Amino acid sequence: MKRKTFIYSFKTSLPVMAGYLFLGIGFGILLQSKGYGPLWAFCMSLFIYAGSLQYVAVDLIGAGASLITASIMTVMVQIRHLFYGISMLDKYSKAGKYKYYCIYAMTDETFSLVCNPYLPKDIDRNAYYFYLSALNHSYWIIGGVIGNILGNFLPFSSRGIDFSMTSLFLIIMFTQWEENKDHKPVITGIVTTLICRIIFGPNNFLIPAMIIITIVLFALRRYCDVEPNKNNKNNEEELTNASDK
Amino acid sequence: MRVISDSYAIALIAIFAIGTAIIRFLPFIVFKKHTPDAVIYLGKVLPFSIMGMLVVYCLKDVSPTSNPHGIPELIACSLVLVLHKWKHSTLISILGGTISYMVLLQLMT
Repeated sequence: MKRKTFIYSFKTSLPVMAGYLFLGIGFGILLQSKGYGPLWAFCMSLFIYAGSLQYVAVDLIGAGASLITASIMTVMVQIRHLFYGISMLDKYSKAGKYKYYCIYAMTDETFSLVCNPYLPKDIDRNAYYFYLSALNHSYWIIGGVIGNILGNFLPFSSRGIDFSMTSLFLIIMFTQWEENKDHKPVITGIVTTLICRIIFGPNNFLIPAMIIITIVLFALRRYCDVEPNKNNKNNEEELTNASDK
Repeated sequence: MRVISDSYAIALIAIFAIGTAIIRFLPFIVFKKHTPDAVIYLGKVLPFSIMGMLVVYCLKDVSPTSNPHGIPELIACSLVLVLHKWKHSTLISILGGTISYMVLLQLMT
């Protein structure tokens, strides 16, 4: 079962591997340009392990920003992780020995994969969370180090390579749409964020968007029904029983 | 090229790392014993809303009024959805979308 779970986790993680290697290489190149070598790239990717924040961090380190600026920036860029944590409270609290690492290694992409409730019956759910987190973490570190060492010799322009992330999120949204009847939460997310982007501009819209999304979701509380359908719920119960043994 | 000392750079990295870890652990510490119904509800609906939010976030720098008018994004996003509806393979959809986007950027800007 362990082996099967690992293989399933690895397969699931492949799109993230592509994305993280690309994005990691981008980070590595950027860091190298500020005069910091592979060991720095390795440590940052290991300890911070966050895409957008690490890109910002390169700028801040390069410019010698104050510790306060660094703290505020961390909160601003990472605040969405509160949402991920709240979404995973139930699942990760039951993840036993894997719990702490899984919480530590949460990212946008890992979240998008672990929050998918539709897993095959015969895999160990908690081990799946762990393998997936660790695999994604390692791709990110490897990408960063490779980019730092070799990035300057790329034979083609890497411009637009970050579209891999856009594609990933789009596909997950599409899959969620197909598997759930209630589309109000996702529409709320899209419309609210779009309006906030128009009102607040490209750099300051995430926080207002998150606040308004939360308010709208509470307003819609009576009307939202995102429970998985009966079939899948049975699968989930069987899974829980299996992992208890 | 470095404008700050190594020890200061390490301090900055520590802030990024520890700050991020605190935010990641916070919900699990605050809601350790009892999770209010409102938070359970949020945990159920938020994954859907966040995914919508992230898609818009990824496209935040698209400008319909200036060249290339978001056309590469529009084509590449459509391609991703068509490929996914057709093949249901995440890797194929992502590779197809990303490669076409990179080519479109080279051609149009």
